Amino acid sequence: MTRRLRCHPGIGPRVEGEALVAEDDFSARYDLDRLAGTFSRPGHKLAGLSYVDRVLVLNTAKGGVASAWMLREMAERGMAPRAILFNAANTILAQGAAFAGMALCDRFEDGDITRLIATGDRVIVDPPAGLVTVLGKATNFTA
Amino acid sequence: MKLNDEERAMLAGEAGEPRRWAVEHMVEVGRMFDAADFVPVAQAHMMADTESLGEAGVAFLEGLAAHPPAERRVRVPMLTDPRGVDLSHYRPLGQTEEMAALERRTIAACTDLGILMTDSCVTYQTIMPPVRGEHVAYGDTGVVIYCNSVLGARSNFEGGPSALAAGLTGRTPRYGLHLDRNRRATRRFIVTERPEGLTGWGVLGGLIGRLCGSYWEVPVLEGIEGAPTSDEMKHFGAAMASFGSTPLFHIAGVTPEAPDLASVCDGPAPEPVEIGRKELEGLRGNFGASGDEVDVVVFAAPQLSHVEMARVAELLEGRQVHERTALVVCTSPTVAADCERLGIVGRIEAAGAVVLRGTCFYNQYAREIGEANGWTRLLSNSVKIVNILGGYGYRPALASMEDCVTAAATGRIP
Repeated sequence: MTRRLRCHPGIGPRVEGEALVAEDDFSARYDLDRLAGTFSRPGHKLAGLSYVDRVLVLNTAKGGVASAWMLREMAERGMAPRAILFNAANTILAQGAAFAGMALCDRFEDGDITRLIATGDRVIVDPPAGLVTVLGKATNFTA
Repeated sequence: MKLNDEERAMLAGEAGEPRRWAVEHMVEVGRMFDAADFVPVAQAHMMADTESLGEAGVAFLEGLAAHPPAERRVRVPMLTDPRGVDLSHYRPLGQTEEMAALERRTIAACTDLGILMTDSCVTYQTIMPPVRGEHVAYGDTGVVIYCNSVLGARSNFEGGPSALAAGLTGRTPRYGLHLDRNRRATRRFIVTERPEGLTGWGVLGGLIGRLCGSYWEVPVLEGIEGAPTSDEMKHFGAAMASFGSTPLFHIAGVTPEAPDLASVCDGPAPEPVEIGRKELEGLRGNFGASGDEVDVVVFAAPQLSHVEMARVAELLEGRQVHERTALVVCTSPTVAADCERLGIVGRIEAAGAVVLRGTCFYNQYAREIGEANGWTRLLSNSVKIVNILGGYGYRPALASMEDCVTAAATGRIP
């Protein structure tokens, strides 16, 4: 069943992808092995999983400013998430998404986005419209 | 966003491509946060370590630096955060020639852009502290939270590209911490036990950051009698920003915007949460490792002040770093030069420790240098660094500066 989730207008282009969801936070510096394309911080709820080409759905951004450079560097190597959805972004991830040309949205009207989307859902992220469409479970989910 | 004539001209490319890019980038970010217009800034400070920049970021800086001087040079004083490579000491750490080459390219590009390469995350202790009410565009979360909270300046967390955009144009979108309404307390904590030492303040900061958990929460603390020192505030703020992405705190009766609780509250104060010994020990317990052998002891994050450098030298007096352990001390080029003149660097190095200038351990390819040296068990007095390095393949542990030095000398965590 298709669901439409309204949010604040975001940054970057309209994209479609498969969701990877956790009730956890995000920093490119703290949490990722950017060469391997996986979450590497042992305590992170997505530890060991690949984020490449996924639509990451997480609670909020944390930690330092490095993510602003890192998202573009990851994107240019083809080792980046396709989009990031937060309950609340911080300034750094918004700036980094703008610099990388990556889709990013936050502030969802219907509540906690990490509970409204499930890992494996196929979603369309439309930042200029402030709209995320959940198409339902992807058939080729492999995480 | 409302743009004035000058900003519209820059966006149209009339002041050159670097400034056109800068306005375009900032408008995109400003719209996300509903900025009404731009606000002039007095300074900018850019995080640009090569580990974060990568080839993509360095090539971007070089692209801007290739424009004529009148188009590329920054319009307000602009400083830099720690670098990824100390070019006077990188081979012994296991850093590669490729890393050094990327570093040299970055330095050349930044210099051509007119940026002052201060390579410091303690600029507020060493270079030029901002004035209360001054709007600035700072990178490094530790610099931002200290300058917002302790000095009453106004900055958002600015990633490298946005800090550069602010430097190139002398302005930043007016949102977040530039607005009075986002500087009011949203969380309230009553501290029942005053922290001890830099690590104790770091633990309190980390705990409050974790409890706040978002850029948009502003904690106010009660129960702190008398001002903490500059270094205590430094570790407190850096840990809070690291654990929670928190850019501003108030301490009632201490920090400038909070002469009392009511001054930072709109209407009734938020419900208080008590923080005492049990809560602090809860966080500290995540980073305990008493009795373990230690591979590397790190003093960094933030870079050490003159006072911390002198204390490390004093603690190392009559001791030598153990043969199976390394001791790495990171400070700014400014502090290092002073401490060389004062004989402090010589005393630290004579004990077998390494003093790195203009870097900070976690943003200088920590994963690669850990693998090159076989470092896994890491000990530090910095709550910020033990929070970060778990994701870099280390097993980080926390101890006071005194116990860190003892561990470095004996090879084992006391």
